[in-house]
Amino acid sequence: MTHARGGIDADSSGHAARHAADRVARHSYGKLVAFLAARSHDVAAAEDALADAFAAALAEWPRGGCPDHPEAWLLTVARRKLIDVARRRLTGEKAIEQWLQLADDTEAANEMTVPDHRLALMFACAHPAIEDAVHAPLMLQAVLGLDAKRIASAFLTSPAAMSKRLVRAKEKLRAAGIPFRTPEPEELAERLGGVLDAIYAAFNDGWSAPGGLEAARCDLVEEAIFLARLVAELAPREPEALGLLTCLLHAHARRHARRDADGEYVPLAAQDISRWDDAMIEEAEALLHRAIRIGAIGRYQLEAAVQSAHADRRRCGRVDWHAVLQLYDGLYALTGSPVVAINRALALAESSGPDAALATLPEVTGDARLATYQPYWAVRANLLARIGATLEAHAAYEIAIGLEGDDAVRRFLRRAQSKLEN
Amino acid sequence: MQYLLMLYSDESRWNTLAEKEREERTAAYVAYAEALAQAGALVGGERLHPVSAATRVTVKDGRPQVLDGPYADSKEQLGGYFLIEAPDLDAALAWTARCPGVHDGIVEVRPIWPID
Repeated sequence: MTHARGGIDADSSGHAARHAADRVARHSYGKLVAFLAARSHDVAAAEDALADAFAAALAEWPRGGCPDHPEAWLLTVARRKLIDVARRRLTGEKAIEQWLQLADDTEAANEMTVPDHRLALMFACAHPAIEDAVHAPLMLQAVLGLDAKRIASAFLTSPAAMSKRLVRAKEKLRAAGIPFRTPEPEELAERLGGVLDAIYAAFNDGWSAPGGLEAARCDLVEEAIFLARLVAELAPREPEALGLLTCLLHAHARRHARRDADGEYVPLAAQDISRWDDAMIEEAEALLHRAIRIGAIGRYQLEAAVQSAHADRRRCGRVDWHAVLQLYDGLYALTGSPVVAINRALALAESSGPDAALATLPEVTGDARLATYQPYWAVRANLLARIGATLEAHAAYEIAIGLEGDDAVRRFLRRAQSKLEN
Repeated sequence: MQYLLMLYSDESRWNTLAEKEREERTAAYVAYAEALAQAGALVGGERLHPVSAATRVTVKDGRPQVLDGPYADSKEQLGGYFLIEAPDLDAALAWTARCPGVHDGIVEVRPIWPID
């Protein structure tokens, strides 16, 4: 299946038109999909119709110039295409009923501004009836128009497998009648969690890309931030949406400090703060204050507050580890996540020493997933080294190195390991 | 849209219940069906005899073959169903969550695929 943005990249004719189409694609793709699929729940059909509309735009715009209302132009063409498909596929009374609906909607669309139902589309993509692992890929495709190939490389899956999962998920959206709507207030917070988790997953996947530089995965970070901004804009009263955006901005603000001039990995505590993006940190801080004033604490706000505590190093030259520890306590109470327990142990090591920290580190036997979780072994090795348990630290580093996929991080761990012998 | 709610539960557990408990459970299903009907969401629904009453039929070598017992031998068995009308999956899931079947076992929700 060709998706609009993939198609645009491949076409070399009409530079200005391509530029315009690309811009519309970025800002309108999800809006158009959400609008076209709202009634039928048929995302795949909406995407196919849109791909045709973008192809038509690339053919027409260089000749006739870009239309004044490119969104409405694309919508009209896509809708005509959908009607064609419906006419061919459906017969009888049902077909007439659907045409009338489509015609009604087209009427509304001619009002020039396409209503923004992207949030509803995101809720559909992250619906609990859709397999968790496909939430983020589905959102990246339906809302941003990324093609399956790019999404597959970002999530380290084969394009064929990814495309099959996306097709299956869209088929379920349609067949099961998963609604395109923003949930009622009483279930909003819980359902929003699914949307935010998916965005966070996409971000983390881009963030942890080996080398941090590989193109496809790297711009997954930008795409995730775009989605997080969108949710924060469409749900400005949801503190967790603001919290997530804060987290992503804080992390992204440190993107240039994660590697030194030689491309070597630099851990957070050793980063050169002059390489942090001040403007982005300021934006994040303002968002966090807005979120906290709403007064409903949650996981992403707590994570954002941890990031904020690290960013404080800019102002006072140190991190308030007691505050960080308290935030991790809150996070652990909320999530019970072993990942939180690991980070909490690191904070505890700073405030109360490595012995106390080691005692709180979860045991691998308690959670099988830890056995293959690199940060667990790296933290364990670090703490063991600090109490002088050199042999055990060496062994733990060895496992961490074996689990790491990023060369720069691997070298960093190897250096830490070789320091043990001295 | 129409959705089929398939109620799976461990039949053997039902047999261990005291008469009074069975009456209570049954009354809960009756009340649920009434609530569905009241809301105009009930299309149909029945309970099924235990799988010991099941017979299956297939064609082998061009001839119908009749076999004793249920199709799937699992811990939970299909014990009944409701066919409901709901505007979308969320509405169907809201009805499902109220179904006593979710306490007695597991309810599978499947959209009806109309033939037109």
